[in-house]
Amino acid sequence: MTTAEIVFTALGVVAVGAGVLVVTTRQIVHAALWLVVSFGALAGMYLVLTAEFVAWVQVLIYVGAIVVLLLFGIMLTRAPIGPGEGMDSGNRLPALAVAVGTAAVLVTLLVRGFKDARIELEPGGGSADALGEAIFREWVLPFEVLSVLLLAALVGAIVLSKGRARTTAAERGSAGPDAGARGSSPGSKGRER
Amino acid sequence: MRDVVALVLVTVAFLTLPLIIGQAEHKVMAHMQGRLGPMYAGGFHGWAQLVADGVKFAQKEDTVPAAADRRIFLLAPGVALVPYLVVLAVVPVGPGQVAVDLSLGLFFALAVMGIGVIGSIMAGWASANKYSLLGGMRVAAQLVSYELPMVLAAASAAMAAGTLNLSGIAGAWQWWWLVWQAPAAVVFFLAGLAELRRPPFDMPVADSEIIFGPYTEYGGLRFAFFLLAEYAGILVVCSLTTVLFLGGWQGPLLPGFLWTLIKVFLLAFVVIWFRVAFPRLREDQLQRLAWVYLVPIALGQLALTGVVKVVTGA
Repeated sequence: MTTAEIVFTALGVVAVGAGVLVVTTRQIVHAALWLVVSFGALAGMYLVLTAEFVAWVQVLIYVGAIVVLLLFGIMLTRAPIGPGEGMDSGNRLPALAVAVGTAAVLVTLLVRGFKDARIELEPGGGSADALGEAIFREWVLPFEVLSVLLLAALVGAIVLSKGRARTTAAERGSAGPDAGARGSSPGSKGRER
Repeated sequence: MRDVVALVLVTVAFLTLPLIIGQAEHKVMAHMQGRLGPMYAGGFHGWAQLVADGVKFAQKEDTVPAAADRRIFLLAPGVALVPYLVVLAVVPVGPGQVAVDLSLGLFFALAVMGIGVIGSIMAGWASANKYSLLGGMRVAAQLVSYELPMVLAAASAAMAAGTLNLSGIAGAWQWWWLVWQAPAAVVFFLAGLAELRRPPFDMPVADSEIIFGPYTEYGGLRFAFFLLAEYAGILVVCSLTTVLFLGGWQGPLLPGFLWTLIKVFLLAFVVIWFRVAFPRLREDQLQRLAWVYLVPIALGQLALTGVVKVVTGA
């Protein structure tokens, strides 16, 4: 085994271990924090595979934004210190079965598909230049399709939040003269999120 | 060998420059507000104020509230502080004078800076205090809103230079970028201040209202770590603004690293000045500034940069 393979395996163990802790810990905030460790280890694995750009995007988007959003959501609803109630689900065994099944299918697929295939890693192979050229020359159609999908989701989010804001504004509008002005603020917030 | 020396220098800079900024904040605020307190300790101009602060912090007892989540409470100051040290390693101070020259330096810096905020959120939650929890939530809301304009503004500078390498960006800088990239520079600087929760964006730590938010329960050295993280953050944001929008080491006569230092400290002075000059923004005003002004300005700047790049064919 080369050094890179050893590091890669170690990071993989950390990522999977942290992932297991995410679903087994009985404290919901700890779950989110273990997710940070898991994402960080994943970013490290990308780095070992010379995919630098993907690694830093992983840190910027998942650790920096998604987890912060998750923590915000948890703290906004309830964030008890110590083991929380409702952290256990009756579906534990079925969930385990589904997870193990999915993992088995994926691993089999990968092993059968790429059994002896090896990729020679070259430094700079995952740099922004190489990635940008690949996306905007070779894979431009899938990229555009994905961006249309994202745009549709964005428009959908705006429509949903605006629709609700209009009804609340109308309800409040009948309540008092200055209520209409206040009613517009939840609408603007909904658009922002 | 060169790497070791460079990393040692970065560590030294990390240990001293934030303290200098802290000392400067004492003095500048004292002058601007006619405060006498910070001018007393040690005699001449109150030079020993920072030393006195340090001794005070070191003497205090390191307490952990009984209801707190102990491990996360103790871990949080480190999570808040270390990312800024790591970012400092990729900031160039002169042509070729950078500890770690990453080809994706800009992306790395932005990504790692985002981690520091998790430290404050952890502190806010683990303190088991409702003021801290409120502060933690405000920290999270603020980061989510201001991350976007910050990244967009930085992307504009990267587009103008045609590289994500910080040395490359500073090297490609021309004087007329001051005009061309001015909106992006303002957006980046303001969003950076907001990420650091500096006044006027200090709603999450609002001391007169939620008693320092996430840091309410901290005392002694751990509280000092949070303060140090704030000053280190000022250093990092100012040096990134310098490198991206003010040409880094470029300037006449003086050697490059001196120009970097001069620009960084000028910006740090502006940061301190902001604290004295502006009242705290309310939470809704904060969100409004980010989404109604900064994001559209950053997007417009991005379009402008793209158009100019295409038209000039560079």
